Amino acid sequence: MGQRIDVEHLNVYYGDFLAVQDVNLNIQANKVTAFIGPSGCGKSTVLRTLDRMHEITPGARVEGKVLLDGHDLYGKDVDPVAVRRDVGMVFQKANPFPTMSIRENVLAGIRLNNRHISKSDADELVEWALRGANLWNEVKDRLDKPGVGLSGGQQQRLCIARAVAVHPQVLLMDEPCSALDPISTLAVEDLINELKRDYTIVIVTHNMQQAARVADYTAFFNLKAVGKPGHLEYFADTTTMFNNPQNEEAERYISGRFG
Amino acid sequence: MSPNKNGNISTTTDLRDSSDETAKNSVLTASASQSVDVSANVSCESAPVTPDFSKFAPSDSLLKRREWKSRIMAGIITAAFVIAMIPLVSVLWTTIARGVKRLNLNFLAYNMSGVIGGMPTPSGGHGGIEHAIIGTLEVTLGAMVISVPIGLMCAIYLVEYARGSKIAKAISLLVNVMSGIPSIVAGLFAFSLFTILLGPGVSNGFEGSVALSILMIPTVVNSSVEMLHVVPDDLREASYALGVTKSRTIIKVVLRTALPGIISGVVLAIARVIGETAPLLMTAGFIVTTNWNLFSGQMTTLPVFVYQEYSKMSVTCPPSAGSECVSSIPSERAWAAALVLIAIVLVLNLIGRLIQRLFSVEAK
Repeated sequence: MGQRIDVEHLNVYYGDFLAVQDVNLNIQANKVTAFIGPSGCGKSTVLRTLDRMHEITPGARVEGKVLLDGHDLYGKDVDPVAVRRDVGMVFQKANPFPTMSIRENVLAGIRLNNRHISKSDADELVEWALRGANLWNEVKDRLDKPGVGLSGGQQQRLCIARAVAVHPQVLLMDEPCSALDPISTLAVEDLINELKRDYTIVIVTHNMQQAARVADYTAFFNLKAVGKPGHLEYFADTTTMFNNPQNEEAERYISGRFG
Repeated sequence: MSPNKNGNISTTTDLRDSSDETAKNSVLTASASQSVDVSANVSCESAPVTPDFSKFAPSDSLLKRREWKSRIMAGIITAAFVIAMIPLVSVLWTTIARGVKRLNLNFLAYNMSGVIGGMPTPSGGHGGIEHAIIGTLEVTLGAMVISVPIGLMCAIYLVEYARGSKIAKAISLLVNVMSGIPSIVAGLFAFSLFTILLGPGVSNGFEGSVALSILMIPTVVNSSVEMLHVVPDDLREASYALGVTKSRTIIKVVLRTALPGIISGVVLAIARVIGETAPLLMTAGFIVTTNWNLFSGQMTTLPVFVYQEYSKMSVTCPPSAGSECVSSIPSERAWAAALVLIAIVLVLNLIGRLIQRLFSVEAK
C-alpha cells in the first residue's frame, strides 16, 4: 500500500540561494500527483526532497517538514539511506547499470545492499517486478543480456522494475517519458495507472496532456522571475486544473498564454 | 480581429480564423500548439515564394580549388603519419634484427654467473638474463602493489569526496607536478629514504619498487580520475535512489563501471616505468646472480642489464681462444635483452586488453 506525503512550509536552498519557497502540499496515498510548471520553477527540486536525494548535491539543504505517513523524513533520527528504500525514484534518463544484465538490474537494490536472497526468491522477485513493469513478456528469454541493450522505453520500464523491486511505498518519477517516443510513453503511462494501486506516485512532467491523462491531482509550480525562488502556485484535482482552474497564472500556463 | 482565447496573434484570413475555431474544440491543452501549426501551413500556401536555386550552383573554379586543397591536406596528413611511424618501425626493426641472434632458451634460462669474457659457459650459452627478467617482474610488481591502491584511493577521494574543493585542486596540482619529476630524482628520493631508514649503502629490489611507484602514482591517479569522471552521475543517483550507501555505490557501481578504463591506465603506467634505468641503477643495483628476494640484496633489472652490457660494448678474446670466443657478445646480449623487454611490455598490454574485455561494458 502507498503512503501519503504531507509537505509543510518547505524551503529548499542550494547554498545561500533559495530555490523553492514555502511549499505546502498534501499528496494522497495511492493517487498519482503530477508536478507541472515552467523550467526552473523547482518541480524536480521539490520531488528530490521527498526522498532526500536533494542533499546529494553539495551545499543543498532544506527547511520545513516532509511527513511520510506522519513521520518527518528530515527528523534527527532518520537515515536518508533508509528513506530512499521506502521512497523509490525513476529518473528522466533511463539509467540501467551498464555492467549488469537485465536480471541483475532488477535485483540491484538487493545485491548492492549486500542482502542475501535465495535463487528461487530472486527468480520470483525478478518475474514479479518485471511483470509489474509490463516488461516480462518482452525480456523473459534474455534476462542475462545486458540491460543497456534494450530500447529506450524498455530501459525506462526496467528502471521502474528496479525501483519497484525494493518494495517502496512511494514512487517518484522525474520526467520519466521525456526521452521516449509516443508508443513507449503510452506503455509507461499505462503502467503508472496500474502501479497506483500499490504505490503513491508523484510525477514531474513538462507534458500537460500527460499530466491530464495520468494524474489524479496536479500541482502547478511557478516562479516570479528568473533568479527568484519558485513556489507552489496552485494545487487542485486534475479535472479542475485543466478544465476550470481557479488561478489565473495556472490558466495562462495551461492554455499556452504564458509569459 | 482581437487576440483570441488561445493567445494567438490576431489574424486576417478566414482560413486562419476557422483553424482557431477547430482548435478551440479540441482538448484545451493541445489547442495552442495545434492552431499555431495549422496557421503556419496556411501562410506558406497563401504566399508562395519561388526560391532562387541558381545561388546554390558552384563555379567550376571553386570546385577545383576545393579538390586541390583537399588533396594537399590529405598529402600533408599522410606524410606526418609516415614521419611519426619511421622511428617507431626503425626501433622495432633494429631491436628484432639484432636481438634474435642471441635470443634462445639458454639465454632466458641462465644468469650471468660464471661468464668469463666472450667464452661460452658450461651450459653451452654465453650467459643470460634469467636474473634480470625475475628482477624486472618483481620490482615492477612491487611498484604496482604500492601505487595502484594509493593512486586509486587518491582518485576516489578527488572525484567522489572532494570534487571541485580547494584541497582537491591542490592535490591535483601536486599530482601534475609529480608526474613531471625526472626519474633520476625519484631514484635519489628512494635511495635517501632507505639510507635514512636502514643505513647507508642499502640496495634492494623493494627500494627500486619505491622509486618506480613515485613515477607511477601520478599516472595512475590521473588516468583513474579521468575514468571515474566518465562514469555518469545518473548511475550514482540510480544507486542512491535504491537506498544504497555511498561506500557501496562507489565500490559496486562506480569502480565496477570504470574498471576497464582503470586497468588500461594501470597497464600504461607499468609500461611507462618498466623501462626505467637510472633510478633502478642507484636503488636496486646490479648483480650477475639470480636473487628472488625483493626485500634483500641487489637485484638486476632488464633495462639496467641492457645499459651495463651495452656500455661494455665488446670483450677482448685471447688469441688462443679460437672461434668459440665471441668478442661482440656484450652488445649482442644487450640487444637480445632489449627485445625481451619489448616483448614483456607487449605481453603486459595483451593481458591488460584481455582483462579489460572480460570486465568491459558490453552493449549487445
